[in-house]
Amino acid sequence: MWQSDRALTLPVLPDPKQSFLPYGNGRSYGDSCLNQGGIALKTRKLDRFIRFDVHAGILSCESGVLLAEILRLIVPQGWFLPVTPGTRFATVGGAIANDVHGKNHHVTGTFGNHIRQFEVLRSDGQRLCCSPNENADYYAASIGGLGLTGLITWAELQLRWIGNPWLDVETIRYDSLSEFFALCLASDRDYEYTVSWVDCSGQGKRLGRGLFMRGNHAPLGATHGKYSARIRTFPLVPPISLVNPFTLKAFNTFYYHRQLAKRTRQIQHYEPFFYPLDGLLEWNRIYGPRGFYQYQCVMPHRAGELAVTELLKEIAKSGMGSFLAVLKLCGDMPSPGMLSFPMPGVSLALDFPNRGEVLQQLFSRLDAIVSSAGGRLYPAKDGRMPGSLFRSGYSRWPEFKRFIDPRFSSSFWRRVMEDV
Amino acid sequence: MRKILIIGATSAIAEATARIWGQRGDHLFLVARNAAKLQLIADDLRVRGCPKVATYCMDANNLDAHETMLDAGKQALNGLDTVLIAHGTLSDQTACQQSVALTLQEINTNALSVIALLTHIANRFEQQKQGTIAVISSVAGDRGRQSNYVYGSAKAMVTTFTSGLRQRLYKSGVGVVTIKPGFVDTPMTAEFKKGILWVSPETLARCIDSAVEKNRDLSYAPWFWFGIMAVIKLIPEWFFKRLKL
Repeated sequence: MWQSDRALTLPVLPDPKQSFLPYGNGRSYGDSCLNQGGIALKTRKLDRFIRFDVHAGILSCESGVLLAEILRLIVPQGWFLPVTPGTRFATVGGAIANDVHGKNHHVTGTFGNHIRQFEVLRSDGQRLCCSPNENADYYAASIGGLGLTGLITWAELQLRWIGNPWLDVETIRYDSLSEFFALCLASDRDYEYTVSWVDCSGQGKRLGRGLFMRGNHAPLGATHGKYSARIRTFPLVPPISLVNPFTLKAFNTFYYHRQLAKRTRQIQHYEPFFYPLDGLLEWNRIYGPRGFYQYQCVMPHRAGELAVTELLKEIAKSGMGSFLAVLKLCGDMPSPGMLSFPMPGVSLALDFPNRGEVLQQLFSRLDAIVSSAGGRLYPAKDGRMPGSLFRSGYSRWPEFKRFIDPRFSSSFWRRVMEDV
Repeated sequence: MRKILIIGATSAIAEATARIWGQRGDHLFLVARNAAKLQLIADDLRVRGCPKVATYCMDANNLDAHETMLDAGKQALNGLDTVLIAHGTLSDQTACQQSVALTLQEINTNALSVIALLTHIANRFEQQKQGTIAVISSVAGDRGRQSNYVYGSAKAMVTTFTSGLRQRLYKSGVGVVTIKPGFVDTPMTAEFKKGILWVSPETLARCIDSAVEKNRDLSYAPWFWFGIMAVIKLIPEWFFKRLKL
């Protein structure tokens, strides 16, 4: 596929019911990147860089370029992604279409906040150059637009300057959610990156305990030796999930007590800091043949603390959940997309081994808490949310709908719209 | 640092190979038919750190244009020491069977244009007494099969020609590397159903790079095709003709 080829148009589909959906590197957890019965526009071959202004830190590239490929190019030249999700194996197009966020959301907002412009190819052959000033409506619809507004062919992003690839990281153990919120308040101004791991199996006195991580890029000139990546691959799919109530409890207790001191400080390379899971390829196999669901919600501040307590209580009581439980305070910077996930408030993300009906029942109870707190779930991580929860969480969906390309659709979109 | 001429530079395999070489600091002279695509690839290579990229538009079937192109390449890079010939087409075999013109066009593109280029390049490299000429042939050239014997026979010609050329240029210190890829997932093979034997253009590019670095003579890419083709070549013709390959 060639982005500059002016003749590039999407093929005309013989069956009027068939539809397109861009597919990047398939890192979304649910069905937002799937289009059952339709055509996937695989974008990984759109992997060319177009321009890199190394003085201004402005990079343009085709939409199938992986964040990992960008990092390989820019980090040695003193630049970093302005915002990065928890995996570097996502494409630029995917990062825009899901308006991803990262550990610096409280400072820099979402990925879309740093996209200067991009092009959308529509099924009628139209090419729309979108920026905050040009086709601003399509800009807002396509950022976080789940690939439904057309095919993003290229994008231009503003990078962030760094002195070196290292981060100065502090890890603080906290015993309760109120301590977590106090730590956020105390850290958000002085630390560019904050995130926390929460022990989702803790009940009673242990409810809401975890590890709070905060960090900044290490200053220029500081050298910290050589980093050699250790990337392993999880070799096989075990017959049953290795994550179960017993291993979960044991691991979480062990992990919580991993550091004896209340507070530790270390210099860490950006790879393990931002992408711990990328160090174990095919990690999802741990959950066995039935796989896993992720539940990621965000809830506004006023109801947030109470709602998170409720959620953690429900989860701990169920004994389900996994090691990967992440709590993060989102900042106030408005997201540029109509359907962007983050909002000012608190976000909780948890993986669950797929245990069928019991898990779906737990999800329904969690939905009720999120919904009454005025929160919403993250489409990029979702494979099951009820349409009503999507629509109440994303109030701009009727406005967004007008920008969907008539020949584009996804399994996710049909699912959350079927009962309208 | 090499000074490399790539013909058929917009092919997926050539592009992936150019990335390896460009990122390593080699100087590249890229030749292909489509100026817009060449421009995209050159921009990409520059961003990736290639210190010198020049492009040139030419149809390899225009035999009269070869020498001018070689002069331009030599001038642009201040000499040439490595060549990768990567252009080619894969027409539908059944369409070829119905059309003499299409069959001959396939032979022209995949064999005669390559041989014309090699003749010029061989003479120049023989004179400068150094250099490496890498040519992408194919496992399809090892034995004619009903499913693509037009393409296959063109590649057989390239394989045989480069074999002779290798002998001739050996004493001048010029290496000739014949690369025989198996199935590669590129736009040329977009219509094919892919199985476990298929590899990405990036994998093939690594094979080419290593074959050129080691100055190999014949290189199946990836290596396991050596075994597969050894078996296929052993099958006696009376039996082979009954197969559905």
